[in-house]
Amino acid sequence: MRPILLSGHERSLTQIRFNRDGDLLFSVSKDKIVCAWWSANGERLGTYNGHQGAVWTVDVSPNTVLLATGSADNTVRLWNIKTGECVKVWDFPTAVKRVAFSPDGSKLLAVTEKRMGFLGTIAVLDINYGENLEDQAAEPSLKITCEDSKATVAGWSFLAKYIIAAHEDGSVSQYDPKTGDQLLNVQVHEFDSQINDIQFSSDRTSFLTASKDKSAKLLSVRDLNILKTYPADTPLNSASITPKKDYVILGGGQAAMDVTTTSARQGKFEARFYHKIFEDEIGRVRGHFGPLNTIDVHPAGTAYASGGEDGYVRIHHFDKSYFDFMYEVEREQMRK
Amino acid sequence: MAPSFEQLSEQDLHEEEEEEIDFSDLKAQFEVKADEGLDTFVVIDGLPVVPEDSKQKLIKFLLRKLNTVGNTSEDAVFMPVSDKGMSEGFAFVEYETPEQAVAAVKQLHGVPLDKKHTLAVNKLMDIERYGREGRVDEEYQAPPVEPFKEKEHLRSWMGDSSARDQFALYRNDKVGVFWNNKSNQPENVVDRAHWTQLFVQWSPKGTFLASVHPQGVQLWGGASFSKQKQFPHPFVQLIEFSPLEGYLTTWSARPIQVEEGQPILTNEEDGKNIIVWDIESGKPLRSFVSHDLAAPPTGEEDVAPKKKVQWPAFKWSADEKYVARMLQGQSLSIYEVPNMNLVGRTSVKIEGVSDFEWSPATVTREGVKQYEQLLCFWTPEIGSNPARVAMMSVPSKEIVRTRNLFNVSDVKLHWQSQGAYVCVKVDRHSKSKKSMATNLEIFRVKEKGVPVEVVDSLKDTVINFAWEPNGSRFVLITTGEAPAGAAVGPKTGVSFFATEKKGSTAGNFKLVRTIEKKTSNGIYWSPKGRFVIVATVHSQSSFDLDFYDMDFEGEKVEAEKDLAANLQLMKTVEHYGVTDVQWDSTGRYVVTSASVWTHSMENGWNLHTFSGNTLSENPTEKFKQFLWRPRPPTFLSKEEQKQVRKNLREYSKEFDEEDKYAVDIANTAVVETRKRVLSEWVAWIRREKEIQAEEKDVFGLPEDADSPKHARDAPIGGSDEGEAVVEEIVEEIIEETEEVIG
Repeated sequence: MRPILLSGHERSLTQIRFNRDGDLLFSVSKDKIVCAWWSANGERLGTYNGHQGAVWTVDVSPNTVLLATGSADNTVRLWNIKTGECVKVWDFPTAVKRVAFSPDGSKLLAVTEKRMGFLGTIAVLDINYGENLEDQAAEPSLKITCEDSKATVAGWSFLAKYIIAAHEDGSVSQYDPKTGDQLLNVQVHEFDSQINDIQFSSDRTSFLTASKDKSAKLLSVRDLNILKTYPADTPLNSASITPKKDYVILGGGQAAMDVTTTSARQGKFEARFYHKIFEDEIGRVRGHFGPLNTIDVHPAGTAYASGGEDGYVRIHHFDKSYFDFMYEVEREQMRK
Repeated sequence: MAPSFEQLSEQDLHEEEEEEIDFSDLKAQFEVKADEGLDTFVVIDGLPVVPEDSKQKLIKFLLRKLNTVGNTSEDAVFMPVSDKGMSEGFAFVEYETPEQAVAAVKQLHGVPLDKKHTLAVNKLMDIERYGREGRVDEEYQAPPVEPFKEKEHLRSWMGDSSARDQFALYRNDKVGVFWNNKSNQPENVVDRAHWTQLFVQWSPKGTFLASVHPQGVQLWGGASFSKQKQFPHPFVQLIEFSPLEGYLTTWSARPIQVEEGQPILTNEEDGKNIIVWDIESGKPLRSFVSHDLAAPPTGEEDVAPKKKVQWPAFKWSADEKYVARMLQGQSLSIYEVPNMNLVGRTSVKIEGVSDFEWSPATVTREGVKQYEQLLCFWTPEIGSNPARVAMMSVPSKEIVRTRNLFNVSDVKLHWQSQGAYVCVKVDRHSKSKKSMATNLEIFRVKEKGVPVEVVDSLKDTVINFAWEPNGSRFVLITTGEAPAGAAVGPKTGVSFFATEKKGSTAGNFKLVRTIEKKTSNGIYWSPKGRFVIVATVHSQSSFDLDFYDMDFEGEKVEAEKDLAANLQLMKTVEHYGVTDVQWDSTGRYVVTSASVWTHSMENGWNLHTFSGNTLSENPTEKFKQFLWRPRPPTFLSKEEQKQVRKNLREYSKEFDEEDKYAVDIANTAVVETRKRVLSEWVAWIRREKEIQAEEKDVFGLPEDADSPKHARDAPIGGSDEGEAVVEEIVEEIIEETEEVIG
């Protein structure tokens, strides 16, 4: 599994996303630039310039028409993927830490930071794919305010039935995207250990959290029950579920601020593969020399990419052995 | 208008009752207690009866004593005089503070005033409390005998059917005891949060686990690790068991302050640092003030040098009959146990005594019939007298062997575990005091006249030395001078010594081999001998552990054929940041660990076999201590042990089968769980899908509700419906020919 090394960013990566077809990879970093890459060979397609601060988050609309980015310059920007133009800018009072399109692409949520007296919010924006892409709603259609503990990340369930948000205190909540009411709130991780990422399974019935408490958990979207737990020996920044094979990929590493003060041996800057159902660790991929900040899997399950604090994105296309590996029990199940 | 009595209804009465305020808390706070204020008074009894004229004289005389513990004056002493003009033999004294009164009771009670009279000092309040008639029952009432309670078997762990060993693990705030399951996950016995506050320690035969708290030491034991014994030594910091688990020594830097109402500690213990406890009764045998070691000289006079405690302060003889303590440079106090009296009523004065060690086993010297315990001590050069190493027999306190040494800078005494040899490691300096060298002088204790063998002097200083347990071989590590200003320490050399083969008695000690250019500093022998680990511990740059076999069953090097050893390096293992190496008491397994007490990098413990095969690695956050539970000595006789060794093959066959069976069982169990987990997962997915389909129906959403909106309203990129055809041209060279034209 020879990785393709993408060295287009000057600062640490914050998020990477494949588009729905998996041919493009979008990456954002603290250097204010948004990059688009061909996932097959790692060639850079282009950049989207305009943000005035570190870009925290990126998401692609399901039809690969629009790209949404959220930044520390307190804006969410919408880009025309094909032309590279910025079609819309929404201003917020604080930085935007996460954006996510709904499964059908008709809505976009933005998680804003709690700062300067403003509470953290989740804003829902309606997206229009009409003739003129610049014609977008000026104001959010809904605003959920997180009064207890700020939301760090959020996403949409199947059918956009719920908004799932993960919080700084290690809890996960379920919101109704029509009313903005909190339906459930469950403390799934150790108290006060921030959840850094949530990513959904391809059918969006379950999602995976990655927390500072050194574990990742697979939760049911419907009732927020913990289905599986994947323990690691290092704080986790990102976790992703692989389609096609029942694996999960976890990434993390010693907190970036402590890296320089201790030996490199301790860093644990590896991507870890666990079996999704049996919770066993089955492999690790080395390469980054800083913590892994973000991981995304190709929607077809044939490759994965990781972005690190070291400023590199590494795309790995899986080998045959990856697809061949199977537990004896799984093989039996297959035969049936 | 207030209602008159007649008009008061039943209800009103009740209201009044309810409104009555509960004053009891205030009462308790403000009530004047008759006792209070009398705290400063003591009653002194046992005084001589004197005529009124000489009363003042007596008071003056008494005051001298009374003022040693606090402040009082002539006016504050009241001595009643009877009708006959004679004093009554008692007096009331008022001190300035209650503390002084308490001190007077503590320190003056039972103190003789003169030959005939002994002071009896009590607090006035106590006289009130107990002295009145009827306050204390006149008739003796036997304390009720507690019904017999079955206690847990303290050695239950020895009965494990597969003879596994236990270990204690202290990490973060939790202490747990586990069964060692080789490469499998250890099986938990108990795991308790905040079980100890400083550290844990097993007793030498594994019966008790001691936890250390500010209130004292607590011993735990039995199958469920219930409370066994308690030793309330406040702020205890160090503990030490006697070799047969009969006694416990505890030390705290703070002198003990005995508070009233403490049932176990008495005034005897007040102001002391060290207590020797009898474990069986849970009572102190005797307490001592610790001798502080002479502080290392510091350049500046005004800086108070840090005091260091000498630990273990008390060293036990092998059979626990004697315990000895050294007063640095002056004397050796040997106490008989359990009465804790000095042997022969006096300490042994030894000018300059610097260190001593008891023989770890009871040895019988050739030609000596009576009972004795041996100890070794040494004194440095004083004036023109040479340095001296001597062996003393106890209880006779006779010196049975001495040896004079010159140019000595330091001496270390190493007893072999059976007491057969004492190796005296002598660090010598040259006349100019510039270079150092080490001599080994080995006393052969069991041979007639205790001959001393000098092992050829080593040019380098020896930094570590260890005897093979129950054997006659040893390993030592030498080091050269550290190059000035070098960041890394000097290289070390590891030397193995064995005796020459010579009939039944052990021959002279000879060097087997020296392995140079190592960084090693620790020697860890298997408790059963033969195998030894030479390791680099507490180092920042190297962490290698070399596993050696001293009786390798293979070809022997020609040059070493006369020696009772065949040295072979079996394996080298690395453990990053290793701080401790510990063998289990059977010599089958060894654990290397990196404790957070030394550094905070990659803490945890690794389990290896005796031959260096790593069985498991256990990185553990905030790992502090790993302790194998010691085993008591075997009950099998020498013959029985031999028999076992002879039939080892049969036994091992049995155990191999058991192991295989266990593995099979474990494998089937794993497969079964996986099957279950997988079917549960498949069922969950199916159920989710069904619910989702129902929901779609309810909402009237189409099947593809979640698919992106492209065909309908996305003008850009939406036109490529259907399958996309990707053409790829691949050129392949089938044949290549080269023709030379012309």
